[in-house]
Amino acid sequence: MTTFGVVRFPGSCDEVDALHAARHVGDAKLLWHKDRDLHGVDAVIVPGGFSYGDYLRVGAIARFSPVMESVAEFARGGGLVLGICNGFQVLCEAGLLPGALLPNLERRFICRQLGIEVVSDRTAWTSACSPGDVLSIPVKHTSGRYYVPEEQLADLNVVFRYAHDGNPNGSTNDIAGVANAEGNVVGLMPHPEHAVDPLTGSIDGLKLFESAVRERVPV
Amino acid sequence: MTRVRVLVRPKEGILDPQGQAVEQALPALGFSGVTNVHIGRLVELDVDDPSQVPAMCEKLLANTLIEDFEVLDVEEGARA
Repeated sequence: MTTFGVVRFPGSCDEVDALHAARHVGDAKLLWHKDRDLHGVDAVIVPGGFSYGDYLRVGAIARFSPVMESVAEFARGGGLVLGICNGFQVLCEAGLLPGALLPNLERRFICRQLGIEVVSDRTAWTSACSPGDVLSIPVKHTSGRYYVPEEQLADLNVVFRYAHDGNPNGSTNDIAGVANAEGNVVGLMPHPEHAVDPLTGSIDGLKLFESAVRERVPV
Repeated sequence: MTRVRVLVRPKEGILDPQGQAVEQALPALGFSGVTNVHIGRLVELDVDDPSQVPAMCEKLLANTLIEDFEVLDVEEGARA
Protein backbone atom coordinates (compact mmCIF):
# COMPACT_ATOMS: atom_id res chain seq x y z
CA MET A 1 0.00 0.00 0.00
CA THR A 2 1.22 3.47 -0.86
CA THR A 3 1.90 5.70 2.13
CA PHE A 4 1.58 9.43 1.62
CA GLY A 5 3.33 11.89 3.92
CA VAL A 6 1.63 15.26 4.33
CA VAL A 7 3.82 18.11 5.59
CA ARG A 8 2.49 20.32 8.37
CA PHE A 9 4.05 23.79 8.76
CA PRO A 10 2.91 26.38 11.27
CA GLY A 11 0.12 28.04 9.27
CA SER A 12 -0.79 25.03 7.11
CA CYS A 13 -4.55 24.62 6.86
CA ASP A 14 -5.28 21.95 4.24
CA GLU A 15 -3.17 19.13 5.62
CA VAL A 16 -6.14 17.32 7.15
CA ASP A 17 -8.05 17.34 3.87
CA ALA A 18 -4.90 16.11 2.11
CA LEU A 19 -4.64 13.20 4.59
CA HIS A 20 -8.33 12.44 4.04
CA ALA A 21 -7.92 12.50 0.25
CA ALA A 22 -4.82 10.30 0.30
CA ARG A 23 -6.59 7.75 2.53
CA HIS A 24 -9.10 7.15 -0.27
CA VAL A 25 -6.31 5.38 -2.16
CA GLY A 26 -3.67 4.49 0.42
CA ASP A 27 -2.30 5.23 3.85
CA ALA A 28 -1.25 8.70 5.01
CA LYS A 29 0.60 10.33 7.87
CA LEU A 30 1.64 13.82 8.91
CA LEU A 31 5.24 15.01 8.58
CA TRP A 32 6.20 17.76 11.05
CA HIS A 33 8.12 20.72 9.62
CA LYS A 34 10.96 20.39 12.15
CA ASP A 35 11.44 16.68 11.52
CA ARG A 36 14.02 15.75 8.87
CA ASP A 37 12.84 12.15 8.85
CA LEU A 38 10.29 11.37 6.13
CA HIS A 39 9.41 8.13 7.97
CA GLY A 40 9.65 5.97 4.87
CA VAL A 41 6.69 7.46 3.01
CA ASP A 42 6.29 6.68 -0.69
CA ALA A 43 5.04 10.12 -1.73
CA VAL A 44 5.05 13.58 -0.17
CA ILE A 45 2.28 16.19 -0.30
CA VAL A 46 3.11 19.80 0.57
CA PRO A 47 -0.34 21.16 1.39
CA GLY A 48 -2.12 24.50 1.19
CA GLY A 49 -2.29 27.17 3.83
CA PHE A 50 -0.23 30.11 4.96
CA SER A 51 3.04 28.54 6.05
CA TYR A 52 4.96 30.82 8.45
CA GLY A 53 2.23 33.42 7.97
CA ASP A 54 3.26 33.99 4.32
CA TYR A 55 5.81 36.41 5.80
CA LEU A 56 8.33 38.00 3.43
CA ARG A 57 6.94 36.17 0.36
CA VAL A 58 4.61 33.20 0.04
CA GLY A 59 6.62 30.02 0.65
CA ALA A 60 9.89 31.89 1.25
CA ILE A 61 10.43 30.83 4.86
CA ALA A 62 8.90 27.35 4.65
CA ARG A 63 11.36 26.25 1.99
CA PHE A 64 14.18 26.44 4.53
CA SER A 65 12.44 24.30 7.14
CA PRO A 66 14.20 21.06 8.13
CA VAL A 67 11.56 18.83 6.52
CA MET A 68 11.98 20.62 3.18
CA GLU A 69 15.68 19.71 3.06
CA SER A 70 14.62 16.07 3.15
CA VAL A 71 11.77 16.63 0.68
CA ALA A 72 14.23 18.25 -1.77
CA GLU A 73 16.58 15.30 -1.47
CA PHE A 74 13.65 12.88 -1.86
CA ALA A 75 12.51 14.76 -4.99
CA ARG A 76 15.99 14.80 -6.52
CA GLY A 77 16.14 11.03 -6.00
CA GLY A 78 12.94 10.59 -8.04
CA GLY A 79 10.49 10.58 -5.11
CA LEU A 80 6.92 11.67 -5.82
CA VAL A 81 6.14 15.15 -4.52
CA LEU A 82 2.91 17.13 -4.96
CA GLY A 83 2.61 20.78 -3.95
CA ILE A 84 -0.89 22.17 -3.64
CA CYS A 85 -1.49 25.94 -3.53
CA ASN A 86 0.87 27.16 -0.77
CA GLY A 87 2.73 23.88 -1.30
CA PHE A 88 3.20 24.82 -4.97
CA GLN A 89 4.56 28.21 -3.86
CA VAL A 90 6.98 26.46 -1.47
CA LEU A 91 8.23 24.07 -4.21
CA CYS A 92 8.84 27.03 -6.55
CA GLU A 93 10.72 28.94 -3.85
CA ALA A 94 12.76 25.79 -3.18
CA GLY A 95 13.74 25.58 -6.84
CA LEU A 96 12.15 22.13 -7.19
CA LEU A 97 9.76 23.61 -9.76
CA PRO A 98 10.39 26.48 -12.19
CA GLY A 99 8.70 29.86 -11.87
CA ALA A 100 7.03 31.81 -9.07
CA LEU A 101 3.54 32.69 -7.87
CA LEU A 102 2.63 36.39 -7.80
CA PRO A 103 -0.40 38.15 -6.27
CA ASN A 104 -3.60 37.71 -8.28
CA LEU A 105 -4.03 40.32 -10.98
CA GLU A 106 -7.29 41.53 -9.46
CA ARG A 107 -5.70 41.81 -6.00
CA ARG A 108 -8.45 39.74 -4.40
CA PHE A 109 -8.71 36.41 -2.65
CA ILE A 110 -10.59 34.10 -5.00
CA CYS A 111 -12.54 30.99 -4.05
CA ARG A 112 -14.47 29.11 -6.72
CA GLN A 113 -14.96 25.77 -8.46
CA LEU A 114 -13.21 25.75 -11.84
CA GLY A 115 -12.59 23.49 -14.82
CA ILE A 116 -8.94 22.44 -14.84
CA GLU A 117 -7.68 20.94 -18.09
CA VAL A 118 -5.07 18.20 -17.97
CA VAL A 119 -2.29 19.14 -20.42
CA SER A 120 0.09 16.30 -19.68
CA ASP A 121 -0.51 12.77 -18.41
CA ARG A 122 3.23 12.11 -18.44
CA THR A 123 3.77 12.93 -14.80
CA ALA A 124 3.56 10.77 -11.70
CA TRP A 125 0.51 12.72 -10.50
CA THR A 126 -1.55 12.70 -13.74
CA SER A 127 -0.91 9.26 -15.23
CA ALA A 128 -4.51 8.22 -14.45
CA CYS A 129 -5.78 11.19 -16.54
CA SER A 130 -5.80 11.82 -20.27
CA PRO A 131 -4.71 15.05 -21.96
CA GLY A 132 -7.80 17.18 -22.54
CA ASP A 133 -9.67 15.87 -19.48
CA VAL A 134 -11.32 18.74 -17.62
CA LEU A 135 -11.41 18.19 -13.86
CA SER A 136 -13.80 20.12 -11.63
CA ILE A 137 -11.60 21.35 -8.76
CA PRO A 138 -11.81 24.42 -6.50
CA VAL A 139 -9.24 27.21 -6.30
CA LYS A 140 -8.82 29.47 -3.25
CA HIS A 141 -5.85 31.79 -3.13
CA THR A 142 -4.53 35.35 -3.14
CA SER A 143 -1.19 34.70 -4.84
CA GLY A 144 -1.81 32.29 -7.70
CA ARG A 145 -0.54 34.18 -10.72
CA TYR A 146 2.00 31.78 -12.21
CA TYR A 147 5.00 33.46 -13.79
CA VAL A 148 8.07 32.22 -15.62
CA PRO A 149 10.39 34.33 -17.73
CA GLU A 150 9.38 34.13 -21.39
CA GLU A 151 12.59 32.37 -22.40
CA GLN A 152 11.71 29.44 -20.10
CA LEU A 153 8.19 28.96 -21.48
CA ALA A 154 9.21 26.73 -24.40
CA ASP A 155 10.77 24.10 -22.12
CA LEU A 156 8.14 24.33 -19.40
CA ASN A 157 6.43 21.07 -18.42
CA VAL A 158 2.86 22.39 -18.18
CA VAL A 159 0.52 19.90 -16.47
CA PHE A 160 -2.73 21.83 -15.89
CA ARG A 161 -4.40 24.87 -17.45
CA TYR A 162 -7.51 26.81 -16.45
CA ALA A 163 -10.11 25.61 -18.98
CA HIS A 164 -12.81 27.57 -20.83
CA ASP A 165 -11.02 30.95 -20.58
CA GLY A 166 -11.45 30.64 -16.82
CA ASN A 167 -8.05 32.05 -15.83
CA PRO A 168 -8.88 33.49 -12.38
CA ASN A 169 -5.59 35.15 -11.47
CA GLY A 170 -3.69 36.32 -14.56
CA SER A 171 -1.37 33.31 -14.79
CA THR A 172 0.88 33.21 -17.86
CA ASN A 173 -0.74 31.08 -20.61
CA ASP A 174 -3.57 30.07 -18.23
CA ILE A 175 -1.12 27.79 -16.41
CA ALA A 176 -2.61 26.17 -13.29
CA GLY A 177 0.10 23.59 -12.61
CA VAL A 178 3.56 22.50 -13.75
CA ALA A 179 5.98 19.61 -13.26
CA ASN A 180 9.74 19.28 -13.21
CA ALA A 181 11.35 17.77 -16.33
CA GLU A 182 11.25 14.26 -14.84
CA GLY A 183 7.55 14.50 -13.93
CA ASN A 184 7.92 13.23 -10.35
CA VAL A 185 7.39 16.70 -8.83
CA VAL A 186 4.11 18.48 -9.61
CA GLY A 187 2.66 21.71 -8.25
CA LEU A 188 -0.74 23.28 -8.85
CA MET A 189 -2.83 26.10 -7.45
CA PRO A 190 -6.22 24.26 -7.53
CA HIS A 191 -7.05 21.95 -4.60
CA PRO A 192 -7.59 18.32 -5.67
CA GLU A 193 -7.80 17.31 -1.99
CA HIS A 194 -11.04 19.33 -1.70
CA ALA A 195 -12.61 17.39 -4.61
CA VAL A 196 -12.68 13.77 -3.43
CA ASP A 197 -16.22 13.38 -2.12
CA PRO A 198 -19.59 13.72 -3.93
CA LEU A 199 -20.78 15.62 -0.86
CA THR A 200 -18.69 18.62 -1.93
CA GLY A 201 -19.65 18.41 -5.59
CA SER A 202 -16.78 16.63 -7.35
CA ILE A 203 -14.51 13.62 -6.98
CA ASP A 204 -12.23 14.62 -9.87
CA GLY A 205 -9.37 15.45 -7.53
CA LEU A 206 -8.97 11.77 -6.67
CA LYS A 207 -7.33 11.23 -10.08
CA LEU A 208 -4.10 12.78 -8.85
CA PHE A 209 -3.87 10.51 -5.82
CA GLU A 210 -4.80 7.45 -7.91
CA SER A 211 -2.02 8.39 -10.35
CA ALA A 212 0.56 8.48 -7.57
CA VAL A 213 -0.45 5.00 -6.39
CA ARG A 214 -0.16 3.68 -9.93
CA GLU A 215 3.15 5.35 -10.69
CA ARG A 216 4.93 4.83 -7.42
CA VAL A 217 8.52 3.83 -7.91
CA PRO A 218 10.65 2.65 -5.01
CA VAL A 219 13.09 5.37 -3.99
CA MET B 1 26.68 46.56 14.54
CA THR B 2 25.99 48.13 11.19
CA ARG B 3 22.59 49.32 10.07
CA VAL B 4 21.72 48.22 6.52
CA ARG B 5 18.64 49.03 4.47
CA VAL B 6 17.67 46.84 1.52
CA LEU B 7 15.07 47.75 -1.07
CA VAL B 8 13.30 44.88 -2.85
CA ARG B 9 11.16 45.80 -5.85
CA PRO B 10 9.25 43.90 -8.55
CA LYS B 11 11.38 43.31 -11.63
CA GLU B 12 10.71 45.59 -14.55
CA GLY B 13 8.13 44.15 -16.92
CA ILE B 14 6.32 42.15 -14.24
CA LEU B 15 2.79 43.43 -13.72
CA ASP B 16 2.46 45.09 -10.34
CA PRO B 17 -1.25 45.24 -9.46
CA GLN B 18 -0.57 46.95 -6.12
CA GLY B 19 1.28 49.75 -7.85
CA GLN B 20 -1.49 50.05 -10.44
CA ALA B 21 -4.13 50.30 -7.71
CA VAL B 22 -2.28 53.16 -6.03
CA GLU B 23 -1.67 54.84 -9.37
CA GLN B 24 -5.41 54.75 -10.07
CA ALA B 25 -6.30 55.94 -6.57
CA LEU B 26 -4.15 59.09 -6.60
CA PRO B 27 -6.04 61.00 -9.35
CA ALA B 28 -9.27 60.33 -7.44
CA LEU B 29 -7.71 62.26 -4.55
CA GLY B 30 -6.80 65.18 -6.75
CA PHE B 31 -3.15 64.29 -7.43
CA SER B 32 -2.59 64.38 -11.17
CA GLY B 33 0.50 63.59 -13.22
CA VAL B 34 1.49 60.40 -11.39
CA THR B 35 2.77 57.44 -13.44
CA ASN B 36 4.89 54.31 -12.98
CA VAL B 37 3.91 53.61 -9.38
CA HIS B 38 5.57 50.45 -8.05
CA ILE B 39 5.40 48.96 -4.60
CA GLY B 40 8.29 47.06 -3.09
CA ARG B 41 9.58 46.13 0.32
CA LEU B 42 12.07 47.80 2.62
CA VAL B 43 14.12 45.52 4.86
CA GLU B 44 16.18 47.06 7.67
CA LEU B 45 18.82 44.97 9.41
CA ASP B 46 21.53 45.42 12.03
CA VAL B 47 24.38 43.14 11.00
CA ASP B 48 27.89 42.34 12.16
CA ASP B 49 29.17 41.91 8.63
CA PRO B 50 27.46 44.03 5.93
CA SER B 51 29.39 42.24 3.19
CA GLN B 52 27.06 39.27 3.77
CA VAL B 53 23.92 41.26 2.92
CA PRO B 54 23.94 40.62 -0.86
CA ALA B 55 24.11 36.86 -0.18
CA MET B 56 21.20 37.19 2.28
CA CYS B 57 19.22 38.92 -0.48
CA GLU B 58 20.01 36.25 -3.06
CA LYS B 59 19.06 33.44 -0.70
CA LEU B 60 16.09 34.77 1.25
CA LEU B 61 15.22 38.47 1.21
CA ALA B 62 14.45 38.59 -2.53
CA ASN B 63 13.32 36.08 -5.14
CA THR B 64 15.57 37.17 -7.98
CA LEU B 65 13.30 35.55 -10.57
CA ILE B 66 10.65 38.18 -9.89
CA GLU B 67 12.38 40.84 -7.79
CA ASP B 68 15.43 43.13 -7.91
CA PHE B 69 17.19 44.17 -4.75
CA GLU B 70 19.37 47.12 -3.93
CA VAL B 71 21.40 47.74 -0.78
CA LEU B 72 20.39 51.34 -0.10
CA ASP B 73 22.76 52.48 2.58
CA VAL B 74 25.06 51.18 5.23
CA GLU B 75 25.30 53.14 8.45
CA GLU B 76 28.40 52.26 10.46
CA GLY B 77 28.16 52.03 14.20
CA ALA B 78 24.42 52.53 14.45
CA ARG B 79 22.96 51.02 17.60
CA ALA B 80 25.76 49.26 19.41
